[in-house]
Amino acid sequence: MADRLLMKGNEAIAEAAVRAGCRFYAGYPITPQNEIPEYMSSRLFEFGGHFIQAESEVAAINMVYGAGGAGMRAMTSSSGPGISLKQEGISYLVGSEVPAVVVNIMRAGPGLGGIQPAQSDYYQAVKGGGHGDYHLLVLAPESVQELVDLTALAFDRADHYRAPVLILGDAIIGQIMEPVTLPDFVDLAELPAKEWATTGKRGRRDKRIINSLYLQPDQLERHNQQLQDKYRQMARTEQRSAGYLLEDAELVLVAYGSTARICRRAVDLARAEGIAAGLLRPITLWPFPTDALAKAAAGAEALLVVEMSAGQMVDDVRLAIDCRLPVHFYGRMGGVVPSPAEVFEEIRHRAGDRSAGRSAGSAAGSTASSGGDGRE
Amino acid sequence: MNKVFSRPTVLADVVTHYCPGCTYGIIHRMVAQALEELDAADRAVGVASVGCTVLAYDYLECDFQQAAHGRAPAVATGIKRASPDSIVFTLQGDGDLAAIGTAEIVHAAARGENVTVFFLNNTIYGMTGGQMAPTTLLGQRSSTSPAGRTQERAGRPIKVSEMLATLDGPAYIERVAVDKPGNVVRAKRAIKKALSYQQQGLGFTLVEVLSTCPTNWGMTPDEALARIGREVVPYFPLGVYKDIGERGDTAVDLPAKGGEPA
Repeated sequence: MADRLLMKGNEAIAEAAVRAGCRFYAGYPITPQNEIPEYMSSRLFEFGGHFIQAESEVAAINMVYGAGGAGMRAMTSSSGPGISLKQEGISYLVGSEVPAVVVNIMRAGPGLGGIQPAQSDYYQAVKGGGHGDYHLLVLAPESVQELVDLTALAFDRADHYRAPVLILGDAIIGQIMEPVTLPDFVDLAELPAKEWATTGKRGRRDKRIINSLYLQPDQLERHNQQLQDKYRQMARTEQRSAGYLLEDAELVLVAYGSTARICRRAVDLARAEGIAAGLLRPITLWPFPTDALAKAAAGAEALLVVEMSAGQMVDDVRLAIDCRLPVHFYGRMGGVVPSPAEVFEEIRHRAGDRSAGRSAGSAAGSTASSGGDGRE
Repeated sequence: MNKVFSRPTVLADVVTHYCPGCTYGIIHRMVAQALEELDAADRAVGVASVGCTVLAYDYLECDFQQAAHGRAPAVATGIKRASPDSIVFTLQGDGDLAAIGTAEIVHAAARGENVTVFFLNNTIYGMTGGQMAPTTLLGQRSSTSPAGRTQERAGRPIKVSEMLATLDGPAYIERVAVDKPGNVVRAKRAIKKALSYQQQGLGFTLVEVLSTCPTNWGMTPDEALARIGREVVPYFPLGVYKDIGERGDTAVDLPAKGGEPA
């Protein structure tokens, strides 16, 4: 029977990882994700797994590369400054096609920034981050339950694509406590054999090489084309999103993670005042749920992107609808969390814009505002 | 007639990219021999680094992972933990290990990670064209110390074996050279001993091999071999810097001095 528990987000990730068959974790302390390594430092040993508190984020991701390459389900976690350090290793994981799960519990940047919730690592997560032509499958949970579900999915997809998968949470999701239903333990013996893992030849005739070096340009181009094939397949099959009151929505909010929960409340407040607002919540940030957003926007008059950042997802939203509608933005930065009332005010303001815009016959455009700067 | 030598089967029958007079080929051959003699090749996983060792996976017939610059000890750690009965070794140059990879090597050694590091010290960045390394000797010319390395501008070379021997983690650390037959025989013995310690689960082992780079030293192969004894060994003395003993239950830290290996 499934276990029902009250768990903190970070601990839930760790437990879900162990249940998904993760047997190797390497990490380095950084707030607000410390409960992940702390939990792993005892829990993994109960299953014959390995926990290493590494000398750096750089070492941690490279240990994961080694363990993942040797065939073990492996994970590392961090927050912004540490994720920046891991980019080298992430690029190598991609180039060498080694599965791994990387967790970023976002705090505010840039630089050392702060330890409060933010979503300012979106660009880094979905536009590359490290060197080379690549994408990560990026999963953005909004609740502790979804963290658990997406952690299981992350390990599954990482093995499936032989690629690192990024779970992009934020300090709220990492620190909040909620009831969760935990999945059963994955039976590792049931998983497909990894015919590429560096286990030593052990009777095999051919050696296995895990490598991202291709000195011949034509070979490296072929390798890149094969990676791009993988991304095209992901874009076709991995888009995930959730909708809320979208059927008749004239103003479609787009928000992910903690911010989506805030927006759902704001949509309720708007509906109570007769404003036809709805919410499209991307669950995969890459691939971006373009198809669902285009559908949600089909009957809408405008979109409102809400983020705890300066508006990093706005471009992807515009592209998803080919810039056919005005795309507004409301964001807070630096660890400031928008309240439902603030977002509702923005909805009311934009709803007013639209009625004014209709009478003035204004063309599609886009505007942005933020709590810090006031509204234009 | 007795056959006294043949190519070890672990050494691939291919042409290497190494320059004429480079001693990396000798070192690869000795690693291959040691793996074969210890019956460890079938469980061996190598870690190739960035630099002239990067193509080692083409030269040795065992599983391999290629690591980012300096990260080989971290990668080896992951492989060994995931597969504890694999024999995991790294091949790392001095730029890789003693500059960008200092954190990884120090902490793998401190953890006593049960892996073997072959540290190929040729006092220069070879692959990138002869830039100054942390091991470049004072006065040595390189493309980034064209007038010769000075202490004022670049400090003094790092003595890796001595430094790591101060840690309690390592089981065995020895510096050897491959400049003359006697030293090659000793180097082979050290390489085999390190891998054998790993087989016995004794912990972290490192063999520093003083190697040549005739191309970037601007020397003929003969001159490069002669330089090892003349200039390199006096600063990087050969010898055993750490050896906990075969059984691993008696810690015997030998003095960090030059001289013949124990």
